[in-house]
Amino acid sequence: MTQTFSIEQNFQGVKLGDQALKKHRDHVMTQTKATGHYAGIEHFSLKTKDPILYNKMISRLRAGVVHARETAKRIAASPIVEQEGELTFTLYNPAGDALLTSTGIIIHVGTMGAAIKYMIENGWEENPGIKPGDIFTNNDCSLGNVHPCDVHTIVPIFWEDHLIGWVGGVTHVIDTGAVGPGSMTVGPVQRFGDGYQVTCRKTGENDVPLKDWLHESQRSIRTTRYWLLDERTRIAGVHMIRDLVLDVVKEVGVETYLKFAYEVVEDGRRGLQRRIKAMTIPGKYRAVSFVDVGYNHPDVNVPPYAKLNTIMHAPHEITIRADGTWRLDFEGSSRWGWHSYNAQPVSFTSGIWVMMTQTLIPTEIINDGAYYATQFRLPKGTWMNPDDRRTAHSYSWHFLVSAWSAIWRSLSRAYFARGYLEEVNAGNANTSNWLQGGGFNQYDEIHAVNSFEAAAEGTGAGAVKDGLDHAAAIWNPEGDMGDMEIWELAEPLIYLGRNVKANSAGYGKYRGGCGFETLRLVHGAKDWTMFFMGNGYMVSDGGLMGGYPAATGYRFEAHKTDIKDRIEKGEPIPLGGDTDPDHPEYEHFMQALEVKRDKQTMTTETIFEDYDLYLNYLRGGPGFGDPLERTPQQIEADLQGGYLLPRYAEKVYGASIYQDDQGAWRVDPVQTKKNREKIKQERLKRGRPVKVWMEEERAKILKKEASLQVKHMYASSFQVGPRFYEEFKAFWGLPESWSLTEEELGISSFGQKYRMGVEQLPDVKPLVLVEE
Amino acid sequence: MAYDRKKIEELIDGTIDWETLHRMLSQPKDPERFQLYVDILQERVHFPETILLPMGLHLYIVQKKDGSRVVKCDCGHEFCSADDNWKMYALIYVREDEESLNELYPKLMAPDPSWQVLREYYCPNCGTQLEVENVTPWYPILKDFEPDIEAFYQEWLGIPVPEPKK
Repeated sequence: MTQTFSIEQNFQGVKLGDQALKKHRDHVMTQTKATGHYAGIEHFSLKTKDPILYNKMISRLRAGVVHARETAKRIAASPIVEQEGELTFTLYNPAGDALLTSTGIIIHVGTMGAAIKYMIENGWEENPGIKPGDIFTNNDCSLGNVHPCDVHTIVPIFWEDHLIGWVGGVTHVIDTGAVGPGSMTVGPVQRFGDGYQVTCRKTGENDVPLKDWLHESQRSIRTTRYWLLDERTRIAGVHMIRDLVLDVVKEVGVETYLKFAYEVVEDGRRGLQRRIKAMTIPGKYRAVSFVDVGYNHPDVNVPPYAKLNTIMHAPHEITIRADGTWRLDFEGSSRWGWHSYNAQPVSFTSGIWVMMTQTLIPTEIINDGAYYATQFRLPKGTWMNPDDRRTAHSYSWHFLVSAWSAIWRSLSRAYFARGYLEEVNAGNANTSNWLQGGGFNQYDEIHAVNSFEAAAEGTGAGAVKDGLDHAAAIWNPEGDMGDMEIWELAEPLIYLGRNVKANSAGYGKYRGGCGFETLRLVHGAKDWTMFFMGNGYMVSDGGLMGGYPAATGYRFEAHKTDIKDRIEKGEPIPLGGDTDPDHPEYEHFMQALEVKRDKQTMTTETIFEDYDLYLNYLRGGPGFGDPLERTPQQIEADLQGGYLLPRYAEKVYGASIYQDDQGAWRVDPVQTKKNREKIKQERLKRGRPVKVWMEEERAKILKKEASLQVKHMYASSFQVGPRFYEEFKAFWGLPESWSLTEEELGISSFGQKYRMGVEQLPDVKPLVLVEE
Repeated sequence: MAYDRKKIEELIDGTIDWETLHRMLSQPKDPERFQLYVDILQERVHFPETILLPMGLHLYIVQKKDGSRVVKCDCGHEFCSADDNWKMYALIYVREDEESLNELYPKLMAPDPSWQVLREYYCPNCGTQLEVENVTPWYPILKDFEPDIEAFYQEWLGIPVPEPKK
């Protein structure tokens, strides 16, 4: 049967009734599939006929969404929003595809779009109805939201009696009423502990929030004032954008506006293809990343079936085709687990654009066009596409940022081959530690904290320069560590130091950016708990072309200290950085009943009292190129700036160092050259042919010699990634009989066999936006 | 916009000024870059084979006189056919205990070897460290990059793949 399409059908608003919205989206999707062009737009009508108007509309609407963000964020009191800029506003067409977005946490271009599409697919048009002035709120992870603390406010835009689009606004709220305080708490192992979640609920009418919503939501979370002001921020922003759209429609007419609303998505799709062709090389790229989940520890209080050490595994194969489209396949990824780091496909696919806007598509037109030019394969059952509706997601980013770090390396190989060395980036830091907690604060109010100092990690090294020190986080390129004075107002935690973290960056010809560390003294808190969240046993980024990965994290906390007495007596107390953890100094300036210094960087709530200490260590980025090629001048600067401990200048960089009369560090270039030659000879001596080494490693695999966490990772990847299993066996030449299953590991088996997805709930039509 | 040869040389050497680097980052890419880049690299290496594609820092896919394609280090060492994975022909050193990892990082800042090891790949001739992998034990050695040289030259650059030198 031949289907005929009318593109013009897309350029009219949708008069609601009789599932008109659903039919409209079906029409757009059918045309997209049939033609390979978004909404069937093979030829631009508006862009070709009136390019000046088209570009003026882009500029005006883009400026409008950015302006709305900048204005609305002043309403918020939460430093996460007001200081760190954790908010974004996006404009959508009637089908729920994004046209333009503001700056900020642009992962939500897709997540809010998924919420709109979910409403369309599940008949919101009839029940609860979609009317002018309605306000919908969503933070449901099973729809694709990253984590419950990202709360969406979505409003429809009507022109006369036709729906002509949607606006979404999102803020990262400071608390969602999870089992532990903080926006991304550690401890939930199921959705039911992740905090308050609402599913595209109508929470306002006639532009006013409904009372039942206001009363219920405040009772469901800890930080009510921040919650209310965040909501006003979102509502103000979306209404500003709605007004702007209506002004534009008045000027250009509704038909022109809607033509624009679809053409700009197709333009975004073609834009990505052009950019891929302009910057990369066709072919296949492979890389892998990991991150630790160390839950089998006394300081992690979770149910027994979750008390397990395991590893997130994210291998990828990127295929860039000759036509400039690409496919990202994550076959082999590990299974979802009983922790808070699972992700939904939309948060994975949408989040990638946060990264891509920092590299491949740094343009103003960030919209769903890029999604339509990309084919994702996220195997069902993996941590990025769970097949169980119980999964927890409060800190999905732990896995997401780790998985994406490897994508930088793959893209960078293309940029390097092409000669665009300025674009090379070895990867992104693990964006932790997350200092979180809560109780009664210094103002005697129920409170929760989540220090967004993590928005300023070290960035990856390039092929022409070092990474930036304590600069940014992949999820918000505008990142900022925030002013200490503001954090001290928001948290009952006094700063005893904020310093560069020496050796936190990956070494290389160009090193990664260093992270930083802040030492916090608890002061004015009551009934207060805090915890740690980050990588410790593993590093999640990787060096590139001979550079090393960044350092891992660790934790330092001290309880029941004598610091109060010392202050009263005028005696020295711990101040500044934990500069060399091999030779710790804080302990020289205090007595404490308990000090924890270890690699257990995931913990659940621990009681902290006044004058206890907490070290917040923010990670560095990975390095590029052989460290023996780093110049003596750069090493001198590293030593002078406190970025590098002297003994590692010698061991890693082969530098011959000394201090001059003024105490400044110097590198002797002649002796350094000799040292480096010696190191190269040592490498040739200790290095073994890969094929010889492989025989030994193979013997270990045959005997299954590895830690439980390593074996658990492989077993879970083998279960949900049969192709990875076959390729693994083929690579190592393992006999047909070799296998590794979770059952044989002697650990709790929840989730291995029995799972139930959200699609099995009655009257639920899930969105499937990726290949599974 | 196009950049002159000197600027690309400075880019390769990491001595380029920030103003030009910023322009390179923020403006549309210069399509002629690849040829200029390869010309400079070709001039700098001491082997006669034609560079078809830079594979990484110090590594190239080159075309030999007989038309075969191999991976070479800039010291002249030939690893393998371009279709193969050069890492399989490198020297490997695995840091899989606390002592060897502590040579790189303070103990608390190093990976725990029961979770993760570091694999260093060296050129067997010049001892340059060409890649470092941070992976779990048992991890297969990935083939990082499999370029489609024909499609790149013919379809994207619109030029034929260089003929073997006689």
